Amino acid sequence: MTKQVCSNIGLWLLLTLLLGNYVVDLEASHHVYKRLTQSSNTKSPSVSQPYRTGFHFQPPKNWMNDPNGPMIYKGIYHLFYQWNPKGAVWGNIVWAHSTSTDLINWDPHPPAIFPSQPSDINGCWSGSVTILPDGKPVILYTGINPKNQQVQNIAEPKDLSDPYLREWKKSPLNPMMAPDAVNGINASSFRDPTTAWLGQDKKWRVIIGSKIHRRGLAITYTSKDFLKWEKSPEPLHYDDGSGMWECPDFFPVTRFGSKGVETSSFGEPHEILKHVLKVSLDDTKHDYYTIGTYDRIKDKFVPDNGFKMDGTAPRYDYGKYYASKTFYDSAKNRRILWGWTNESSSVADDVEKGWSGIQTIPRKIWLDRSGKQLVQWPVREVQRLRTSQVNLRNKVLKPRSKLEVYGVTAAQADVEVWFKVRGLENADVINPSWTDPQLICSQMNVSVKSGLGPFGLMVLASKNLEEYTSVYFRIFKARQNSNKYVVVMCSDQSRSSLDEDNDKTTYGAFVDIDPHRPVSLRALIDHSVVESFGGKGRACITSRVYPKLAVGTKSHLFAFNYGSQSVDVLSLNAWSMKSAQIS
Amino acid sequence: MNMIKKMKMMVMVMMMVIVSEGSMIEQTCKETPDFNLCVSLLDSDSRSSSADISGLALILIDKIKGLTTKTLNEINGLYKKRPEMKRALDECSRRYKTILNADVPEAIEAISKGVPKFGEDGVIDAGVEASACERGFKGKSPLTSLTKSMQKISNVTRAIVRMLL
Repeated sequence: MTKQVCSNIGLWLLLTLLLGNYVVDLEASHHVYKRLTQSSNTKSPSVSQPYRTGFHFQPPKNWMNDPNGPMIYKGIYHLFYQWNPKGAVWGNIVWAHSTSTDLINWDPHPPAIFPSQPSDINGCWSGSVTILPDGKPVILYTGINPKNQQVQNIAEPKDLSDPYLREWKKSPLNPMMAPDAVNGINASSFRDPTTAWLGQDKKWRVIIGSKIHRRGLAITYTSKDFLKWEKSPEPLHYDDGSGMWECPDFFPVTRFGSKGVETSSFGEPHEILKHVLKVSLDDTKHDYYTIGTYDRIKDKFVPDNGFKMDGTAPRYDYGKYYASKTFYDSAKNRRILWGWTNESSSVADDVEKGWSGIQTIPRKIWLDRSGKQLVQWPVREVQRLRTSQVNLRNKVLKPRSKLEVYGVTAAQADVEVWFKVRGLENADVINPSWTDPQLICSQMNVSVKSGLGPFGLMVLASKNLEEYTSVYFRIFKARQNSNKYVVVMCSDQSRSSLDEDNDKTTYGAFVDIDPHRPVSLRALIDHSVVESFGGKGRACITSRVYPKLAVGTKSHLFAFNYGSQSVDVLSLNAWSMKSAQIS
Repeated sequence: MNMIKKMKMMVMVMMMVIVSEGSMIEQTCKETPDFNLCVSLLDSDSRSSSADISGLALILIDKIKGLTTKTLNEINGLYKKRPEMKRALDECSRRYKTILNADVPEAIEAISKGVPKFGEDGVIDAGVEASACERGFKGKSPLTSLTKSMQKISNVTRAIVRMLL
């Protein structure tokens, strides 16, 4: 025991020496940080690390889950996140904290929120930031009290003159909202407060995820001063049968155009606003959103026709993606989406590599001109990492062919390709019972010709394709003699690794595009993560893979066409990506 | 009411309580992939009579913990008896230590605090680790019976944890 303490103190002294000009800043909370990280479970990643990302946000070690309280304050972006100081599985969770000026390169800071009062002594869980009218950011988050009940607490910056807002102080009045016999709130299903918004009556509103039996709901609380909160008699919205609503998010979007809208905004004159309600469903482990209108008089969300806030709703991402949260970036007038992607490896592998969990590249999010779905695209700043571009133009991919893309670091790349499909009239009609794109993709791998295709990319591939991850399209006719088509996008991990312990589930999504026009696919490839965007962000799929062969310089990139019709590659641009400072 | 009537009432109430507790376990176990295993694991544990679904889940996680310890002991014993299997045994040791040191504590904290999805993750992984260990023997495993037990208990426990979601 003493040896452990001594070696930890020694390590800490070394760290503070190395960190040079951070010494003064860290001293105030280093003793807390040391206590938090003291553990024999924590392994300093000294084993080789083929799967750590080059440009996706992840802490140096241990488990991370939900992104928390993303915001911009005085020109600096903040990301907090659920982090376990003691190991590579969920537990002992605190709010870790990093800042950035460009959403791509990050500076770490000591944990901002960790157990310190009865209302969070057993855990500091997810929450959000609200920027008050005077510009001050306030955090609302879920704490676990001594009785293991879920309550909501407030924290504010200790020192607003610190641009990094490293230290936060909690109200002695916490908890602000708690389950009791009167409000009847389920004490183990009351969490994840959203960013608050102001009503016409100048009262703040916030929603918290909850459930009553199988009814998922967003409980609304209101406040005049952000300190005294009252539960509204009615939830903002609910759905019977959807189960627990985790990580709700509620925000306005502009009907036309791609600019962001501030969370409390009523819109500009002559601007039409829609509202988006999003939830993470505990039952299915996916994130879903619905588009609708916000009835400000009744304080109710009304989904548009065709939308229901349950597992039938559209997803932000059809792969490994959860606990997502948006914030309004006032500096660049856009709404940005963060999402957590966990590992697809076994826990034993996570413990050995010493870490688990990454964030996806932040995405700009806006309402499609159809009004029927949201569109996402990686923030432009990620493009600053692009170097050494390879460009292919007007290549024909004959049936049963593949084309290797040379000259890029295939394990750390950004690829964007435009396909022109020929012979649409020859496409098979889609089987009317095929309503689940994930099933379509998992039941037919790339060796099966069906519809037009498959054609797309093979990424993180070994030279002789013992291992590869394929991201591709199939195009079907909607009906016999129809000019309408169904485009399916698949991300197939089934051959991604010789290792048998990984989750290699195949993912699929419909892409709402007209294949008479060029079909686009973009992939952000980063060692053990592939983020794919079909139709310029109309369908997104994130996956995790752990090749044994296709690692580092032994990783290859191919465009392929295993269909029976030729496909034109109008253009393929691939860039090697520089590494970023990822935390 | 006279004394005898009161006694009869008490006995009836006690019986109703006992019967309904028995059927609470039975009702819960009916919704799992292995009713008999579920009932036998819970019935044999005195804590289950006063447990809610979270409590039943925690009891089963304790059984997973017990089986893990038992398997680790078995692995340790095999090093001497089957020295040619050292590599596979090392891998199994790693896998089962993961269940003991990572999956079980995670599941206990998650279920106790009301975020059962992380409990489900831990329980699923117990089955994954057992399978990975088994595979390392390439068909000649001395642990097959223990592996199968872990897979079965993991499936039953997962079903109960999912009731909490």
